[in-house]
Amino acid sequence: MPGVEGFMYPNEIELQWSVLIVLYPFLTGLVAGAFILASLERVFRVQAVKPTYRLALLTALSFLLVAPLPLQLHLGHPERSFEMYLTPHRTSAMAMFGFVYVWYLMAVLVLEIWLDYRRDIVVLSESTTGWRRWIYRMMTLGSHNLSERALAIDERVGYLITVIGIPSAFLLHGYVGFIFGSVKANPWWSTPLMPVVFIFSAMVSGIAAVMVLYMLMTWSRGRSIDMRCVDTVARYLFYTFIIDFSLEMLDLIHRIYESDESFRSLDFMVHTKLYLSHIVVQIVLGTVTPIALLGLTQVVKLTEMARKRIYALAGCLTLIGIFAMRWNVVIGGQLFSKSFLGYTTYKMGLVTREGLLVAIVLTVLPLVILWVLVKLLPPWTERNSGLLPDARAAH
Amino acid sequence: MRDTEHSGLGTASCIQLTATSEPEGGRASLRRARSSTGTTMHAFKDSGHLFRLAAVFVAGILVFLVLRGFLVPKSFGQYGHYRGNAMAEIAARPVNFAGHETCETCHADVLDKKKDGKHAHVNCEACHGPLAKHADDPASVQPPKLDTAVLCVRCHEANAAKPKTFPQVASADHSTGLPCDTCHQPHSPVIGGGAK
Amino acid sequence: MSISRRHLLLLLPAAAVAWKHVLAGTPESSPNYTMSQHWWGMLIDLPKCIGCGNCVRACQAENDVPDGYFRTWVERYHVSDYDIENPVVDSPDGGKKGFPPAKEESGKNFFVPKLCNHCVESPCTQVCPVGATFVSPDGVVLVDKQYCLGCRYCVQACPYGCRFINPKTDTAEKCTLCYHRITKGLTTACCENCPTGARQLADLKNPKDPIHEFLKTHSVQVLKPNMATHAKVFYAGLDGSVR
Ligand code: HEC
Ligand code: HEC
Ligand code: HEC
Ligand code: HEC
Repeated sequence: MPGVEGFMYPNEIELQWSVLIVLYPFLTGLVAGAFILASLERVFRVQAVKPTYRLALLTALSFLLVAPLPLQLHLGHPERSFEMYLTPHRTSAMAMFGFVYVWYLMAVLVLEIWLDYRRDIVVLSESTTGWRRWIYRMMTLGSHNLSERALAIDERVGYLITVIGIPSAFLLHGYVGFIFGSVKANPWWSTPLMPVVFIFSAMVSGIAAVMVLYMLMTWSRGRSIDMRCVDTVARYLFYTFIIDFSLEMLDLIHRIYESDESFRSLDFMVHTKLYLSHIVVQIVLGTVTPIALLGLTQVVKLTEMARKRIYALAGCLTLIGIFAMRWNVVIGGQLFSKSFLGYTTYKMGLVTREGLLVAIVLTVLPLVILWVLVKLLPPWTERNSGLLPDARAAH
Repeated sequence: MRDTEHSGLGTASCIQLTATSEPEGGRASLRRARSSTGTTMHAFKDSGHLFRLAAVFVAGILVFLVLRGFLVPKSFGQYGHYRGNAMAEIAARPVNFAGHETCETCHADVLDKKKDGKHAHVNCEACHGPLAKHADDPASVQPPKLDTAVLCVRCHEANAAKPKTFPQVASADHSTGLPCDTCHQPHSPVIGGGAK
Repeated sequence: MSISRRHLLLLLPAAAVAWKHVLAGTPESSPNYTMSQHWWGMLIDLPKCIGCGNCVRACQAENDVPDGYFRTWVERYHVSDYDIENPVVDSPDGGKKGFPPAKEESGKNFFVPKLCNHCVESPCTQVCPVGATFVSPDGVVLVDKQYCLGCRYCVQACPYGCRFINPKTDTAEKCTLCYHRITKGLTTACCENCPTGARQLADLKNPKDPIHEFLKTHSVQVLKPNMATHAKVFYAGLDGSVR
């Protein structure tokens, strides 16, 4: 049998979850992480990261809008997916997806963005013309009330929603971890650490993504990057990354020390089929290197330019590393036989429904959506900086 | 850290507005409003947009509930969290193997021969293949002829993993290429034991 | 020998019962079946298995199992001496065409037929997000292919590798314990075609079923008992190396 070493149960030879299912936790991870970064500013009052606040929210929204697409495309019967809402099965982690998703999308992200932008929307609905005007008008829901009290209420409700949003973001991604972590049949997945590792890796990837996007967008708009902001974001990235890495190492050490029935099989896999994506890309390139780079900026005084470059590099490596981590969890978990006697190979299609091309489109799509959102709801704060109460950020 | 309270408001005000460009707006005035009379009335009015949004959400939920009422299959939940009709649908599948009792009602002669032989517990269709269609209508559906050179070795070819007590032969040596039924009677395979 | 079916029914009242079973099934053709009176499982008497592959072929013929996928299959184990942690296992085409001669005659060689274990605490039905797979009131784990999304979570959750996605229907599929047969008083296709009685359908709620006597007098085991799935496929003479 080509691609098969040792013995696989005959139904195991074909992989069930493809690269699209790798993409799915990657995307929701970015959502959760970006949101947590936004909440840093709002709930934990980290003023320095304010320039990224709105961008983080919009990033979260655009990735969240795309997140269910890989799932849909992978289903055998996408037209039946609404059954998850009709008859959700209480004992299934996956059934909760629909509800967690809708809750997070509508009750958290859309609401928070709407409240935060309501003033802009109302003003834009009056200052713009044509189809844009109609869009903004629709978004005002017919209420143009911008009285002090109304805005104060928005502020309070928005704060409340962010507070609710943090556990929701944890839930959104923690439950994705639970989907894998609760499969007792699969020792590569089955660990209570899985949801926790997923949450922290989500924060890492989301923070890195917003940091890179912020630098990229500011640069492309010809503005100067707010270094105080990026430095702070990078510092938080560093801290969460260390926690994430420690958790993953804890899992690894635990596995090696316990050496249960599955260990030999998994160990062999990590040293052969998963060597490149696990050891090289995920651990060395995508975790240790960015942590070292970020650590360097914490210890050594570097010029602004050097820091920018390091942040950009570390951010990109982080994203690659986290993607590799999702890959190793999802694909790695299906490469070995549940009999622990053999291994199969994942053959990715190129232009098939679950192939590489679709995966690339789905990775780019959120960025396109983000571009549209940024045009529609500009997140930049510095345009009228002189007139704004938060102009202090520029000092 | 005083003005951080207005952070959200601050971010929101990237477009200059005459109404609330004063940094001390927001919460302070709300507090003031609270302590004055007619507060609830005002607070109600000023959160009107929230009620509108809530109305949109409620409408969405209502539409969902109505649709759900229509779309959930009627037999869902009859026995548990699944479609009760599913079992009847699965049970409705046609049968391909008729079962040896059915064959024996017509082929009593074969049964007579077989029942005292070593193949007594080997059922008809284990050798003859699925024949429910034949059993249903023997006149028009003829069972295919069997090739004993292929058939018998499936069970009797010697293999180290077979139980030692099971009669096995290395067919290449044993039959020297002849079909097994040149010497053995398929329905009663033992040679020389009478009609066994 | 030109007996029509109608004649036969008149001539042999005893055969009439069997005849009903043969009729291409409609749900009404199993009118005497009461779900609550049955609790299905299977007994696999391993020392009797000769690895002929009849069960695999029969299953495929009875249930239209697509090539390359298996509702039941047969594995061949080779264990050398005391090394039960490292068996050498093969299952060419699920054992459908039997097995080539063993490479290693020494040590221990034996066959192990596998199928859905119809677990009472089935991990696969637990994870189904919509209720498209379930344990029926008579203890059979079934898939509702009209309702299945094809999300494949159940395939991941089965510790025994018994599920697959049927490429024709794009839905999950597995052994139904020949639900269309057992509800009509027939045995499963695999048991019907097993020449040695290594596989036996068992109705655990039927006090007259020989399974009860067998369980009383033999040591039996289920696969991967550490998974605590409450499997209902019992193996007699199961070697410790089997996983
Ligand atoms: C309704 C009665 C009936 C049943 C039930 C029945 N058969 Fe027959 N079978 C016949 C008749 C009649 C013939 C002869 C047909 C002919 O010669 O045209 C026949 C012929 C055959 C033949 C071919 C004989 C030859 O000369 O080639 C085989 C083999 C056979 N049956 C096997 C089976 C098996 C196995 C079953 C059980 C699945 C079965 N039959 C069930 C009536 C039946
Ligand atoms: C060990 C395998 C085997 C089993 C079990 C078996 N048969 Fe046969 N049967 C054969 C072979 C081989 C032939 C001869 C080749 C042929 O006619 O296709 C045959 C021939 C027949 C024939 C036609 C010729 C004849 O001898 O009458 C009938 C009818 C028949 N079988 C019916 C049955 C029925 C009914 C049963 C079950 C009670 C049964 N067979 C069980 C292998 C088997
Ligand atoms: C589906 C499997 C199967 C097929 C096919 C089959 N047999 Fe058998 N055979 C058996 C079984 C089971 C026994 C009984 C073994 C026992 O008593 O332990 C048996 C017994 C025998 C015996 C008696 C051996 C002894 O104990 O002396 C002979 C001879 C035999 N078969 C020959 C044949 C021939 C010839 C054919 C082809 C026409 C054939 N068998 C096809 C399963 C099969
Ligand atoms: C040339 C005649 C002949 C042919 C052809 C033949 N056999 Fe035999 N076979 C015998 C004789 C003779 C015996 C010994 C007497 C007996 O046990 O019935 C025997 C015995 C057996 C036994 C019992 C062995 C034991 O250990 O008890 C099996 C099984 C068997 N044959 C299977 C086959 C199979 C399968 C084929 C076809 C590949 C086949 N035979 C072809 C003559 C033949």
